[in-house]
Amino acid sequence: MAGPLNWFSQVGSITKFGLLSIPQRRGAVAATILGVAGVVAVLIGVLSIAAGFRRAMAASGAADSAVVLRSGADSEMVSGFSREETRLIADAPGVARNARGPLASAELFVIINLPKRSTGTDTNLPLRGVEGAAVEVRDQVKFVAGRMFEPGKNEVIVGLGAARETAGIEVGANIKVGRESWPVVGIFSAGGGIAESEIWTDAKVLQDAYHRGDSFQSVYVRLASPGAFQQFKDALTANPRLSVKAERQSEYYAEQSTLLTTLITTLGIGIAALMAVGAVFGALNTMYSAVAARTREIATLRALGFGRGAVVVALMIESLVLALAGGAVGAGLAYVAFNNFRAATMNWQSFSQVTFAFAVTPRLLVQGVIWATLIGLVGGLLPAIRAARLPIAAALREL
Amino acid sequence: MSENQANGGPLVRLDGVEKVFHRGTEEIRVLSELHLEVAEGEFLALMGPSGSGKSTLLNLIGGLDHPTKGTVTIAGERIDRMSDRALSGWRARHIGFVFQLYNLMPTLSAERNVELPLLLTHLGKAERRQHVATALAMVGLAHRAKYFPRTLSGGEQQRVGIARGIVTDPTLLLCDEPTGDLDRKAGDEVLNLLQALNREQGKTIIMVTHDPHASARASRTVHLDKGQLGDEPAK
Repeated sequence: MAGPLNWFSQVGSITKFGLLSIPQRRGAVAATILGVAGVVAVLIGVLSIAAGFRRAMAASGAADSAVVLRSGADSEMVSGFSREETRLIADAPGVARNARGPLASAELFVIINLPKRSTGTDTNLPLRGVEGAAVEVRDQVKFVAGRMFEPGKNEVIVGLGAARETAGIEVGANIKVGRESWPVVGIFSAGGGIAESEIWTDAKVLQDAYHRGDSFQSVYVRLASPGAFQQFKDALTANPRLSVKAERQSEYYAEQSTLLTTLITTLGIGIAALMAVGAVFGALNTMYSAVAARTREIATLRALGFGRGAVVVALMIESLVLALAGGAVGAGLAYVAFNNFRAATMNWQSFSQVTFAFAVTPRLLVQGVIWATLIGLVGGLLPAIRAARLPIAAALREL
Repeated sequence: MSENQANGGPLVRLDGVEKVFHRGTEEIRVLSELHLEVAEGEFLALMGPSGSGKSTLLNLIGGLDHPTKGTVTIAGERIDRMSDRALSGWRARHIGFVFQLYNLMPTLSAERNVELPLLLTHLGKAERRQHVATALAMVGLAHRAKYFPRTLSGGEQQRVGIARGIVTDPTLLLCDEPTGDLDRKAGDEVLNLLQALNREQGKTIIMVTHDPHASARASRTVHLDKGQLGDEPAK
């Protein structure tokens, strides 16, 4: 008589009574669902910032591309190469080549101030001097308006994100940096990557404008294949004329995003955890009131022979169902409100603005569901135990 | 059937039963040195003033509570030492309960309420439906099967409660003040039903009541006062 099927039918029946009685407790139930929804929406919303930022950085580096900095430098800001060194790097084995030579771009990087489109206040933007191969090294670069700058001219092309966030940037406009005026000749996209937050010009022109002599800060290369990275790295390390560090671009950008994503993730989880405590109390309150309202029903079922364990599990399921409903509402709200919401923030490793889109990823949705599940379990456990421990004889006479 | 019963022993046997409740440091002795035997097929009325321990005694017989001392044997099985888990299963197999306040699930129809104890058996859906229909027909409510408790009168609700109590054909039907919340007419209908179940189906019934009119329908009445029993001659 007490087989597992029988036990499941007990759990199913008690759960059904609980769920059917929800309309009688709609106020408390709605408060619980909204409480959990709030937690999940805030959690997913905040973490979608970190996920979006990480995605933008990750989109910047293909598996078969690498960046080379001076040994000991953790960002381009503190790196430096002579032209001689950049040639040795470009000629290293493992670098892809085409008819014009190795697919390598020696680059330098300055930070300029331009007014934000939204507030009019100044923001830091990276102005990158690149060589002709830059577009082939980063194969996602595509022009959405205008054309490539002409070598030797004070022309700039602007990433889509930077163009969107900065006032007065469009093809045909001029941006004024220092005493120079730079015509904008093209707008480009870069698969949502960090390059979209940058302004590019000819490296030689930028060197002259900023009195950098013939120095560079980094070399970006496209490898013959993703597997060629080790050969490329070993060759650079073995070369006594070079003191450099080579990284896959994906790893480099992942490092670059670490500080900000860690900060946002910690903040997001902290806020969500505080809210979750409130939501747990909401769930506790709802489930305690559910148990109180059904004391006699539960005692009656126990008297008829329904098991204590079945009562606990059924009430936990009810609590979980409410929490998951809240989780689904919260995840839906977060998706509608935050997914692809465009924003710009400071990348503290380069002290310049990065534009990116919030990303409500499947992983974040799952994370939200897990949080909702935990809230449901914690909120349902004590009331369920209380229900199971009700003295049957006394509870049968409860009004 | 146990050896005890096969030898003509009682269906219900309580020996030296004591029940003590604690309220803080205070000790409240509700039942003391109580002996009771109920034969199979009997309709026993348990009477007594409020606080005399009638319901406590019924709870001990129904396996809803444990005695502080003494033994409770039902159909040859000692239930006073059973674990909570074992008692749940035992109640499902042997006991049908009828409550003063009916204790129906408000969100379930009459037939779904009656079906509840059958969910604890291995009967399939079709068999359960058949048992439910039979039980409802026995209490004269086949036509109200789809009705929800709030749409039924008090008497009808109690008859649904009785149908739920007998649907598994339990060894023993325990009724706690089954007419306590009903007017005289509805109460009489319920008592007629219980009497018919006892006389025509041979159902063993123990009924707690403080109403002499109700106890008059039983085949035997025992009085409980200050935790002790006093018998009335069998009819």
